[in-house]
Amino acid sequence: MSTNEERLRGLLARGLDGDEAAYRTFLSELSAFLRAFLRRRLTRIPDEVEDLVQETLLAVHNQRHTYLPDQPVTAWLHAIAKYKLIDFLRRGRARRDQFHDTLDDVPELLAATDGEALEARRDLAKLLETLPSRQSLPILRVKLQGLSVAETAVELGMSESAVKIGVHRGLKALAAKIRSES
Amino acid sequence: MKTEELVALLATGTVAVQRGATTRRMALALSAGGVGSALLMAGLLGVRPTLAQDATLAMFWVKFAFVATLLAGGVAAVLRTSRPGAGLNRLMWALAAPVAAMWLLAAANLATAQPEDRAALMLGQTWQVCAFRIALLSLPSFAAALWAMRSLAPTRLRIAGAAAGLCAGAIGALVYTFHCPELSAPFIGTWYLLGMLIPAAAGALTGPWFLRW
Repeated sequence: MSTNEERLRGLLARGLDGDEAAYRTFLSELSAFLRAFLRRRLTRIPDEVEDLVQETLLAVHNQRHTYLPDQPVTAWLHAIAKYKLIDFLRRGRARRDQFHDTLDDVPELLAATDGEALEARRDLAKLLETLPSRQSLPILRVKLQGLSVAETAVELGMSESAVKIGVHRGLKALAAKIRSES
Repeated sequence: MKTEELVALLATGTVAVQRGATTRRMALALSAGGVGSALLMAGLLGVRPTLAQDATLAMFWVKFAFVATLLAGGVAAVLRTSRPGAGLNRLMWALAAPVAAMWLLAAANLATAQPEDRAALMLGQTWQVCAFRIALLSLPSFAAALWAMRSLAPTRLRIAGAAAGLCAGAIGALVYTFHCPELSAPFIGTWYLLGMLIPAAAGALTGPWFLRW
């Protein structure tokens, strides 16, 4: 438990400094923790777990600037996961009686992992296509094809800051679309 | 899209996150809100002509300190409730302390006053407008605080909204001290507090709707 905390904290700290490999490992390990955490709570709707894993990962990414380096990463992640779970349940996809575990405050998020990803029901790639092109194209080039911001800016005829803003706002808009679709 | 693909997407091309950017944004928003509240006070009510004389009275500074400590607590509450997983317990004590101190002072005031003077201590000359004016003056700061909070990540939306409202209410009360003639502890402990609690309640009501992310 505490070693998970330390390792994830280290990975996140490096990720926030721009270390892509460390950040990828962080998100990948986090998805396994999230899957186990959510699967235990959504026992009656197992096929919605992966959707919520993805939504929570996107939330962690979009809100990563709210993490403070001296803060326990477990508490930070647990609060986000719990918030997204409650929001998901309130949206009416699932009724309250479909989960019977208490939403207690014990930071147990990093207690178990589950590496077995099921198919997500919602396809984020399709949802990405519904974004305006000033957002979807920068995400496609920078995030999916791995081009640099400078290369993307030249190719799309945008300024570099417009590319960065497009990626940033696009991922936020994606999260908003997920929230409003159900 | 598989989850591993999403992980790759999110990580690819990630850049360093600016440290302290959240605090700076909130500080900027609250400063702008404070300027808005101050302009509203100057435009609608105006600075009292006798302010310089009042500033020589101890009670003026007690009132000022009461509002300023609540403002400090409110700012801390806004910053904490904007971040997932940050605790609030000790902060609640820091917010309760100035209120308790003002109430003790008010109780001593009322206890030692002549019975016929007590109503005047409690109501002053402006009790009917004080709380309403503070709530009105807090509006620019309230909007600014909520706007800045939306770009952060509050996870308890009612509490976060209440914190934004309290903070804005304290800003409203602080600028109102430049207009308000009242200097009695029972008055401040009642009507100033009420003025700050109105936006706090408004924040608690609108938070779940406005701050959702």
